[in-house]
Amino acid sequence: MCLAVPMQVVALRCEDDGPEPQVAVVESAGIRKEIRLEMVDRIPELGEYVIIHAGFAIRTLAVEEAEQNLALMRQMAEMLEQEGRLPGAMEE
Amino acid sequence: MNLDERFRERELCTPLLEKIHRISRLNTRPMRIMEVCGTHTVSIFRHGIRTLLPKEITLLSGPGCPVCVTPAGHIDLCLQAARHPEVVLATFGDLMRVPGSHGSLADARARGEARAEVVYSPMDALAMARQNASVQVVFPAIGFETTAPTIAATVLAAHQQKIGNFSIIPLAKTMPGALLQLLSDDELELSGLLCPGHVSAIIGAKVYQPLVDHFGLGCAVAGFEPADILAGLLALLQQQVHGKARVDNCYPRAVTDQGNIRAQNLLAQVFAPVESEWRGLGSIAASGLALRSEYQQFDAVKRLQLSASQVPDPPACRCGSVLKGLLQPPQCPLYGRSCTPLSPIGPCMVSTEGTCAAYYRYGDDTAANFTTIGNHYSKNSC
Ligand code: SF4
Repeated sequence: MCLAVPMQVVALRCEDDGPEPQVAVVESAGIRKEIRLEMVDRIPELGEYVIIHAGFAIRTLAVEEAEQNLALMRQMAEMLEQEGRLPGAMEE
Repeated sequence: MNLDERFRERELCTPLLEKIHRISRLNTRPMRIMEVCGTHTVSIFRHGIRTLLPKEITLLSGPGCPVCVTPAGHIDLCLQAARHPEVVLATFGDLMRVPGSHGSLADARARGEARAEVVYSPMDALAMARQNASVQVVFPAIGFETTAPTIAATVLAAHQQKIGNFSIIPLAKTMPGALLQLLSDDELELSGLLCPGHVSAIIGAKVYQPLVDHFGLGCAVAGFEPADILAGLLALLQQQVHGKARVDNCYPRAVTDQGNIRAQNLLAQVFAPVESEWRGLGSIAASGLALRSEYQQFDAVKRLQLSASQVPDPPACRCGSVLKGLLQPPQCPLYGRSCTPLSPIGPCMVSTEGTCAAYYRYGDDTAANFTTIGNHYSKNSC
């Protein structure tokens, strides 16, 4: 039931007069679909990515966050246990 | 390039895997890691991760497939609703072929005894109700913390739009209580828990701290791409080697300590915790989600006067033990013989996230059917 691949937001739509959009049009590999924004942690901006579950965005992903995550993994793969804050590393 | 393709690249996966092999040589105790998410199970198989790990690391699947942990009596409840003359059951596809005590929804539909349609989102079920005023649309709310807020949002929309022919069968479940119950079982010797990525995106990584405090169990939150899973396994291995359990968040692009507050609020607005029955684990306090009194009119069990009954799980089916990580699917006497994806006996063989189905589809540990990492990585190189 989980769609693990994040999709990019290409349009946002308001259904009422309120300030917040309720619907985002998202795209990945040429596939477009509409998803709901009621439960997303933060309303995405155009061009940002969202993780989707059962027709709802559950998390807005900034590209920098993905970059930081990649950097974290690269560090983990190296010998940086003394770092302390890395997953798997110990504080001592 | 899609954002997540970067987490499949050889340049990232190979060093993580090499590090796992290197650290594993320092580890003197066997390492038994449970993944508690059906999406992890499938991803681990699809990318052939089992075949690439040191043999000292055993991966077990836990109660992480929401359809699989739904007991037969609750499947029967969905069938009862679908048989009601006014009802169209709108359900996630996984539920259609799960056997209840007298066959599945798909069987009943084929015989013309029930009406059931597959939807992708609970909002699609609500749209179906809006467009078909002459029928009652019933949505079986089966799922964990990732799915439950989508159902909460749908109930709120139905309430706002005053849609009278939509209701849900409230069967959603929450993870933390079930994990505590599972880990209290002394038979299950675990050294680490690979925590579910998207459930954690909602409930937050800090929820696992009690597992560290009570059981000294190492926890790592991981996403679903190969590098995510390898990083999670590496973190758990490091914890074991250093002899210090803690919660490591290896999926910070999606998971924070506190989780998704908007989704948590939505959930709390519509649902209240209630005791719930899990296949294999039995009844667990506060592990289910009932509709709050303001939203009782959306409870299909009350509206249609459905009655749940305790029915035994299929005889000889070992789903209960598979869900607890006590048994690997091939150890079930029915696996691959009378129980196959084409004629499933238990839910674990039906659901795309079911452990038995994953074993059947991708083969057991000896099959070298890995794709992404395997294309680039030779086991002999480290
Ligand atoms: S193989 Fe079939 S019968 Fe055996 S545990 Fe899995 S689902 Fe149940």
